[in-house]
Amino acid sequence: MTTITLRNLRKEFDDVVAVNGLDLTVRDGEFLVVVGPSGCGKSTTLRLLAGLETATDGEIRMDDRDVTGTEPKDRNVAMVFQNYALYPHMTGRRNVTFGMNAGGSFTDEEINRRVAEAAETLDITDLLDRKPQAMSGGERQRVALGRAIVRDPDAFLMDEPLSNLDAKLRIQMRAELTQLHAELGTTTVYVTHDQTEAMTLGERVVVMDDGRIQQVDPPQSLYDFPANRFVAEFIGDPAMNMIDVAVEEGVAVHDAFRIPLPAGNAADETGSGSETESLADPDAGDRSHAVLGVRPEDLHLARERPDLGETEFDATVDVTEPLGDSLLVHCSVGDATFKMSAEPRSSLDPGGTVSVTYDSERLHLFEPETGEAFYHSATAPAPSDRIERVVTD
Amino acid sequence: MTGAIQYAKRRFESARAAIGAETGSETPESTTDLGAAGIHFQLWLLAGLVLFPILVTVVVSTKQQGIVTSLPDLLPGTYAVENYREAIVDYGFGRFMWNSLLMSVVIVVGKLVVSVLAAMAIVYYRVPYKDLVFLFVLFTLLLPVPVRFVPLFQLMNDLGWSNSLLAITVPYIASATTVFILRQHFLSIPTSIVETAKLDGVGPVKFTLQVLVPMSRGVLVGVSIIMFVYAWNQYLWPLVIIDSEANQVAQVGLQLLQGDVQGGQLSWSLVMAGSVLTLLPPLALMILFRKPLLETFAIQQK
Repeated sequence: MTTITLRNLRKEFDDVVAVNGLDLTVRDGEFLVVVGPSGCGKSTTLRLLAGLETATDGEIRMDDRDVTGTEPKDRNVAMVFQNYALYPHMTGRRNVTFGMNAGGSFTDEEINRRVAEAAETLDITDLLDRKPQAMSGGERQRVALGRAIVRDPDAFLMDEPLSNLDAKLRIQMRAELTQLHAELGTTTVYVTHDQTEAMTLGERVVVMDDGRIQQVDPPQSLYDFPANRFVAEFIGDPAMNMIDVAVEEGVAVHDAFRIPLPAGNAADETGSGSETESLADPDAGDRSHAVLGVRPEDLHLARERPDLGETEFDATVDVTEPLGDSLLVHCSVGDATFKMSAEPRSSLDPGGTVSVTYDSERLHLFEPETGEAFYHSATAPAPSDRIERVVTD
Repeated sequence: MTGAIQYAKRRFESARAAIGAETGSETPESTTDLGAAGIHFQLWLLAGLVLFPILVTVVVSTKQQGIVTSLPDLLPGTYAVENYREAIVDYGFGRFMWNSLLMSVVIVVGKLVVSVLAAMAIVYYRVPYKDLVFLFVLFTLLLPVPVRFVPLFQLMNDLGWSNSLLAITVPYIASATTVFILRQHFLSIPTSIVETAKLDGVGPVKFTLQVLVPMSRGVLVGVSIIMFVYAWNQYLWPLVIIDSEANQVAQVGLQLLQGDVQGGQLSWSLVMAGSVLTLLPPLALMILFRKPLLETFAIQQK
């Protein structure tokens, strides 16, 4: 059981900055998911944690130990790789025990007991006498997990472990990982580029971009209260619509529509409610222009949702994409384009005009230049969930 | 051999059958079959060209005199047992073969050990300027062995190694080709496997012996075969550095089989018998290990 603390962690490769000043605390027994596009530094962060890369600057602590310069083998962490990294010439059992023998800290009896236990947990008893070649992808990943858990490490580090599996198996393994974590309670850092995986697995999710942390929050807060444009567009599929608007006295104004912003959280009311870091800054600057963010699933055809009030506007349908459970409609209004979801099987003709309404509880405004969010129409959740990245001591 | 011929025949017949069945017009299938027959013909022709001198060698080694002047001279003779016995027993060819074998095995084992360690250092360790070092290793390929003879000869004499097994093995133990092939193979091993070992605290010796070598078995066997044949065929250097008959190797020993040339009767059949004998060990290895050998070179095509 371990708390991992990163302080101002930095990693440069020649002239490329891969990780740029990371401050993060992974709580004891937590399942933390790090998500971001490729090249955002998430894998490098994990490799720094494992000791496979040396930090250029900053500090990594595990509980009270400073492990920044510690050899990988002395950190007592286990890593699970995307390509499983099983030794092809060894049987499942040998793969699982190879690392244990190397440490020399286990007796034969203990090894046998632990392997049997892990095999039971992961349901891989049949696989122990087979070589990786004779296993399917999911089976290999299970054995790789088995190898990680038999050593009873302080932390699991997982580098996109499910990416090589097919979609169905991935969903199944996702559930199994959650279950496994509930059973073992070991601190886990899980890196993925798949936002669905991040949302479903993580107790908290770290969104990274360009070597920096964009936001650390539980999945639902991440979705409901994105800290900036990047997080807003990265989390959620299809991505959030972004429309340039002018803000006039609590109303978002566009050539073709006016959207009143619910009071209590209006743009000029800094320092309360759903504040982000930028809102805490009193010199927030000119806010007459903003980017309005609305998720496609929060936009509706007016005729489908009469309960949402009379604020509606007209848009032109460009393209429709049936997704099965809903219909994704690409619309344009004035010079802006956006996507919205409609009931499946609605008949909408491209070129036609539709009346669009929205969920006024789910509007976001972002600074046009910095991309920081400065307004969310919903009320923020309890602050205790949200200020994690400030807590370092 | 006959099996292969029959296989070719079957292919050809099935091609003819296909043409007959399709009543006239040539289908794509039948043309490919005919094409395959053509390829087989070419292969046999080329193989025949390469094999012909060797066949002549084998035939001549069974004759009394071994002078070939007309076609009937190419029929097998009846002196086979006599010739081989004379070569092995009277001329001590067995001794040469043993020396050759010893030399080749030492060279191959030495090469493998040195090359595995060198390739490991180049691939897995942070060595300053290691790419430059590797380039330098490759550069040695540009220097043919005979160029090094004079300084090498001096060196061997200074070390007092001349006329010994050390003199014909040690200079060959470093091999740029082997380092290169092994480096390429090590690079193809996923880094995550190496990193897993690191995280598990598997030391370098254990990693080499229990992970790297087993994972490279095919390549190592393939490289060994090539290197064995190369070592076995060494001629010039042993000729220069070895001056006692007892330590001589088979390739040079062949010359000693010429025997009493001054008597005007160079016994070709004896020389050919020796040639066939020297051919056997590499041939046996090639046949035994043809699969890993082919895999070694197929690796580049992945």
